[in-house]
Amino acid sequence: MIEDEDVELLLTDLLDIYGYDFTSYSKASLKRRIVRLVSIDKFPSFAEFRYKVRTDESYLKRFVEEITVNVTEMFRDPSFYKSLRDDILPVLGTKPFIRIWHAGCSTGEEVFSMAILLKEAGLLRKSLLYATDLNPSVLEKVRKGIFPLQQMKQYSESYIESGGLKDFSEYYTANYGQAKFNKELSEKIIISTHNLVSDSSFNEFDLILCRNVLIYFDKDLQDRVLKLFDASLGTLGYLALGTKETLKFSVIQNKFKQLNREKIWKKIM
Amino acid sequence: MEENHVAKAVKALIIGGSAGSLQVLFNLLPLLKSNLPFAIIIVLHRRHSADSSLSDLLSTKTMSPTREVEDKDVIRAGHIYLAPADYHLLIEKQESFSLDYSEKINFSRPSIDVTFESAAEVYGPSLVALLLSGANEDGTKGLSQVKKAGGTTIVQNPDTAQMPYMPHYAMMHTVIDHILDVPQMSHYINNLR
Repeated sequence: MIEDEDVELLLTDLLDIYGYDFTSYSKASLKRRIVRLVSIDKFPSFAEFRYKVRTDESYLKRFVEEITVNVTEMFRDPSFYKSLRDDILPVLGTKPFIRIWHAGCSTGEEVFSMAILLKEAGLLRKSLLYATDLNPSVLEKVRKGIFPLQQMKQYSESYIESGGLKDFSEYYTANYGQAKFNKELSEKIIISTHNLVSDSSFNEFDLILCRNVLIYFDKDLQDRVLKLFDASLGTLGYLALGTKETLKFSVIQNKFKQLNREKIWKKIM
Repeated sequence: MEENHVAKAVKALIIGGSAGSLQVLFNLLPLLKSNLPFAIIIVLHRRHSADSSLSDLLSTKTMSPTREVEDKDVIRAGHIYLAPADYHLLIEKQESFSLDYSEKINFSRPSIDVTFESAAEVYGPSLVALLLSGANEDGTKGLSQVKKAGGTTIVQNPDTAQMPYMPHYAMMHTVIDHILDVPQMSHYINNLR
């Protein structure tokens, strides 16, 4: 049994020793991840787990990887991608240059999905996709652009549902159970670590996607991150969140207008 | 109900269900009083699709306000909440919801175990957990945690469940306070305080 006080102590350690600030994460989810890690790594007590985290920097890496949720997929919620195709890209296409930020991109499946949409809209050449995450090891996977081949059947179905007309397998080369996505797509992806909790705005974007990341943050941190997005969006830029996330009741809600049933907002002031 | 004399006031009823549970809810919800002094939280296994029409459908069966949960929604007595498809549903100490898109548990997302366990921590003895029909082992570990935290555990009578495996598995592996048919459920829930 791990007490809430134990979790607080651990979070204070992480902040003091390593500068990783998890103190404003949603407690229920964070605690569940910690309990899970203590159990898979078979620590006899929480004290031993805490000691390991405090003293072993290589274990810290594992801690960050396992505590953050890195489950993601290509073309998740096809109707969302359809709206990007039909409603957003034609508007962005009128700009001379398109900058897109995938904040909290995890292993990059959504970034590659976006690159495919841009390619099909004829906009990839004048676009840059910034893929950031706090976790360096997931970014290594984005850099490789390699995903398990067994997922491709489902991704292909979602791709078609999102309005894709091509043969999805044109976008990757299959080899040894892996699908390596075309270089043409990955060339346009710029990868960098960025911690939404502690790092500031680094560019101005036309579209920011941050889907199923805010659910792991408490209300205060959500507001801070939304302000960061607001500061990083040009006028009439777009912000896209996960299907169960909202700008409603947030500090920036009056500056944005929701487009349609999808969780996409336009910055109006 | 004698056993409720000593118990703390109920703050939440969580209903977990899998295959064969939807019909139970269609029969049960119309029998429940509106303005019950606690929240009802429903966690159903359903197909991977973000279709929100299930909450619309459920809301036609009850006078209580019914909605699919959005992240950080505050939990209110008298309301009915449905876990969204493809997210785990967790409860925060300040009695609000959090969603989580981590790995499936028991091949399920939402997992009933996840919500039961999380709610047991927050509500302790003020929680009632009800497990319905299903062909899966999800829910049993969660019910054990509910019991450990002093809450009340109930399963649908496997004899009347379309898929008896899930409630039966729970009965075999943890302590169940009540085994109820649908009419007994409504009577029990309407008299919870």
